Amino acid sequence: MTIQTPVALAPAQRALAVLGGDLTERALRLHLEGLSGVDAVGLEQRAAALGTRSIKTTSKAWALDRIIELIDLTTLEGADTPGKVRSLVAKALTPDPGDPSTPRVAAVCVYGDMVPYAVSALGSAHAAGGSTGINVAAVATAFPSGRASLRVKLADTADAVASGADEIDMVIDRGAFLSGRYGQVFDDIVAVKEACRRDDGSYAHLKVILETGELNTYDNVRRASWLGILAGGDFIKTSTGKVAPAATLPVTLLMLEVVRDWHRLTGERIGVKPAGGIRASKDAIKYLVTVAETAGEEWLTPSLFRFGASSLLNDVLLQRQKLKTGHYSGPDYVTID
Amino acid sequence: MAHLAIPKTYKLYIGGKFPRSESGRTYQVVSTKGEFLANAAKASRKDARDAVVAARSALGGWASATAYNRGQVLYRIAELLEGRRAQFIEELVAVDGTTAAVAAKQVDAAIDRWVWYAGWADKYVQVSGNGNPVSGPYFNLSVPEPTGVVAIVAPADPLLGFVSVVAPALVSGNTVVVIASQQAPLSAISLAEVLATSDVPGGVVNILTGSPAEIAPWLASHADVNALDLAGAESLDWIDLQISAADTLKRVLAPVAGIPQATLDRITAFTETKTVWHTKSMI
Amino acid sequence: MSFLEYAPAPESPSILHLKKDYGLFIDGEFVPGHGKEFATISPATEKHIATIANANEADVDTAVKAARIAYDKTWSRMSGADRGKYLFRIARLVQERSRELAVAESLDNGKPIKESRDVDIPLVAAWFFYYAGWADKLDYAGLGADPRALGVAAQVIPWNFPLLMLAWKIAPALAAGNTVVLKPAETTPLSALLFAEILQQADLPAGVVNIITGAGDTGQELVQHPDVNKVAFTGSTAVGRAIAKSVAGTGKKLTLELGGKAANIVFDDAPIDQAIEGIVNGIFFNQGHVCCAGSRLLVQENVHGEVVERLKSRLSTLRLGDPLDKNTDIGAINSREQLERIRELSDIGEAEGAQRWTAECAIPDNGFWFAPTIFDNVSTSSRIAREEIFGPVLSVLTFRTPAEAIAKANNTPYGLSAGIWSDKGSKILAVADELRAGVIWANTFNRFDPASPFGGYKESGYGREGGRHGLAAYLQTSAPARELVEGRSR
Repeated sequence: MTIQTPVALAPAQRALAVLGGDLTERALRLHLEGLSGVDAVGLEQRAAALGTRSIKTTSKAWALDRIIELIDLTTLEGADTPGKVRSLVAKALTPDPGDPSTPRVAAVCVYGDMVPYAVSALGSAHAAGGSTGINVAAVATAFPSGRASLRVKLADTADAVASGADEIDMVIDRGAFLSGRYGQVFDDIVAVKEACRRDDGSYAHLKVILETGELNTYDNVRRASWLGILAGGDFIKTSTGKVAPAATLPVTLLMLEVVRDWHRLTGERIGVKPAGGIRASKDAIKYLVTVAETAGEEWLTPSLFRFGASSLLNDVLLQRQKLKTGHYSGPDYVTID
Repeated sequence: MAHLAIPKTYKLYIGGKFPRSESGRTYQVVSTKGEFLANAAKASRKDARDAVVAARSALGGWASATAYNRGQVLYRIAELLEGRRAQFIEELVAVDGTTAAVAAKQVDAAIDRWVWYAGWADKYVQVSGNGNPVSGPYFNLSVPEPTGVVAIVAPADPLLGFVSVVAPALVSGNTVVVIASQQAPLSAISLAEVLATSDVPGGVVNILTGSPAEIAPWLASHADVNALDLAGAESLDWIDLQISAADTLKRVLAPVAGIPQATLDRITAFTETKTVWHTKSMI
Repeated sequence: MSFLEYAPAPESPSILHLKKDYGLFIDGEFVPGHGKEFATISPATEKHIATIANANEADVDTAVKAARIAYDKTWSRMSGADRGKYLFRIARLVQERSRELAVAESLDNGKPIKESRDVDIPLVAAWFFYYAGWADKLDYAGLGADPRALGVAAQVIPWNFPLLMLAWKIAPALAAGNTVVLKPAETTPLSALLFAEILQQADLPAGVVNIITGAGDTGQELVQHPDVNKVAFTGSTAVGRAIAKSVAGTGKKLTLELGGKAANIVFDDAPIDQAIEGIVNGIFFNQGHVCCAGSRLLVQENVHGEVVERLKSRLSTLRLGDPLDKNTDIGAINSREQLERIRELSDIGEAEGAQRWTAECAIPDNGFWFAPTIFDNVSTSSRIAREEIFGPVLSVLTFRTPAEAIAKANNTPYGLSAGIWSDKGSKILAVADELRAGVIWANTFNRFDPASPFGGYKESGYGREGGRHGLAAYLQTSAPARELVEGRSR
């Protein structure tokens, strides 16, 4: 038997604080594999129970607006064009032309090469990480599969940031994760985070996509969530939307439990983004309830919670119209982007 | 010169040992014709107490032995009974005054019954347990387990009656304290000698001789006894015994006329069904 | 404003069409009782719901006679297939009227509507469906050839799951071919009386099920009636003991489902978030009015602090209040008497030196309420670790090794249920083997199913309800075993 010299991981503040000065793959593995397990049946039952809460009508009005404010309005198609992106941005800016009181979404989310069109379409409404306006989020790192060399992933990231992306949605290397190369996944995230650095020393916000549908087990989701946080992610995100199942309530609940535990441990708040598959307001409200009862109501803010969605927005708008007019609306009364 | 016979001393059987009654008392065992046969120990409430302690301490080992092992150990008793067949026939003839042929039938029936029950040890769980199709993601299994310490008032029939109540209680892993037939305890004590030389751990079977009317109430009210078989208690104030047993919710079998039949129910009567739920998920 | 302002009760009692007075349901009709009538109230508001007839000795006799005649003339002569059809009808009617039954149950009992709606009533229907199918298959129940009904069953049920306990009793009894006289608890008769209306709707032959209301003395008259063949009781160990004594020597077949003081064992390798949920569900489900409640939390010493901290934080999100509100997690305590007992034992716990912690929640002005409470550092000898509190009060004890956990878990005269939380399968199975309890939940708690036998060891009673075993409790099996059942066959 040989004892290999531990290979040091890329330095990351959070990991150093939690794992101690000796930041090695072995220390990381011990930490992740030492996390408490997840019983799928119990987790899913808790999620289902949260889904049965019913909220007041006044709370519902607030909830619908808040859902809009938490949306990363997304188009991630091979067929995307500058025109499609401009249309998306227009929808983001004016979700309901018939009702100027409708809030705007948090961000638009596009492929890296579409970032310049999104930025220019937003114009002065571009928040650029600020507190007003709309951010531009770009998927990067050879999204959605992540199957490219680190060099390519970093270039992809840096390119999007240089084009004006405020947020980077990266994918982790699920192959590396599933084969137990946690250190490699960790180093990748640290490197991508570094690639998010702008010339002025500020960083684009990093969302780490776990692609929970490929991680398959809840234990893996919990480990990957910790891994993403330890390596410096600002958000942990469920899915690319290209793999089924995408976001589910149990998976999101589990990730919220991790950020809650991280907050208890360090006092630091990490964001959570369920993405893909959330199409109905009714479902989105279940997510809000789950956030509020798990991490706390303070998480219901765009800096800590997002929905990655496209068709959800129109359903929320229909529900808003219903609340306002008292009768049900129809798809012809909301705009397609 | 004729051989001068050495009379046998019949003692109690507690915790694998053969003590005299702590009270020092004995009583005369006589045949149905009234001839003196032997002096048997007359157990006291303290002997009953000691027997319960012995049964309780033997319970863990016996109950957790594998079913296959319990079956083998019990089967071994039948082998030993067969080996002492002549002795048991002789005792029955002496006690009952019956013919050797009738006594032989009784002994054979007792051996056969013992074998019948021994074979159940690794089967009764399959027959009286259940896999339960619950509507949810759960593994759900019900299995019977031994009730614990069973106190038994043995039927008057000296051997087959005794075997018919002791064997079924042992099958599942219970340990027993048996009050042997007052009139005819000799076969029971001879059986104890068989048990003592077998692989049955000490304390699994404890045999008291003496007055059931005197001892049974102490067992019925004993908080560390889990069940009460009143098979041979018909002539006692058995309803009072049952009432007394209710104080700690003991499982009680009521008296039986004659010799209890061989039934699976006699095994399951002193078992507890345990149902285990476990979540089931691949992810 | 707080987003967590959930909507108040959309479930309204207006869907109930209650009568002002309810008689006894005997021989298919509601008839007046001859005892002093009593009121049933809502424990959440202390408001009067209805006036309930009280069965005296003569009424009990009338009910038993009706059941006997129905047994002799109708039910014992009916084919199993037809008995099954009646049970299927009942199951369907329960489903159709489930909302109404749920509201009645929450109104009368005080339990949260989400529990009566999602747990109690669906299980009631499931229980009838399950046993309906057995009625014409008794030969296959593994009880020997041609198992026979016992005759008239006297059934006395508690107030914690009024309609569900009724279903646990009536469904197997009827499937096996018995007729029934059932007495619901004094404080929760309402759903049983609505159920009587369902029996009328189902055209169940008169006298097959009789429902008589009253207090403990009515129950006593019923179980002691010389013409009943079977007694089934769910309730306290003290009453169960008295019943066991009263039926001694009568040959009545008896099943008892009594008290408990279940250990919920949390190992350091437990799936922690689910364990916390399981602990909460184990003791705060139905306000802790559950005989199998996980009232003793046994937590491994090295995770004790973490578990208690997480538990407190989780309890702070529980919502106590109007049982008819869909968002209510903790409803009302069933009666003033029960509330007093919970208070008394909690005060004793405090006096004995355990650390008391109570979740902060507003307590309504009227009604009977007790906020979720945890006692930490409870010793094994403490009364709150030994006695059944039957309320939302959790005692926390610690252990260091599996052997110690087992020893502490088994150190009780009760033996109804237990919980085990661990990610290690072999440990769970080994610990489950050693626990002296009739139902073991591993990585879950308080799950019930008609196919799954339920019942206790030791002073938690005997006999099983649910599954094939539950059927056996209402049948006399084949001839060789008859002596076991009847005791005095000659």
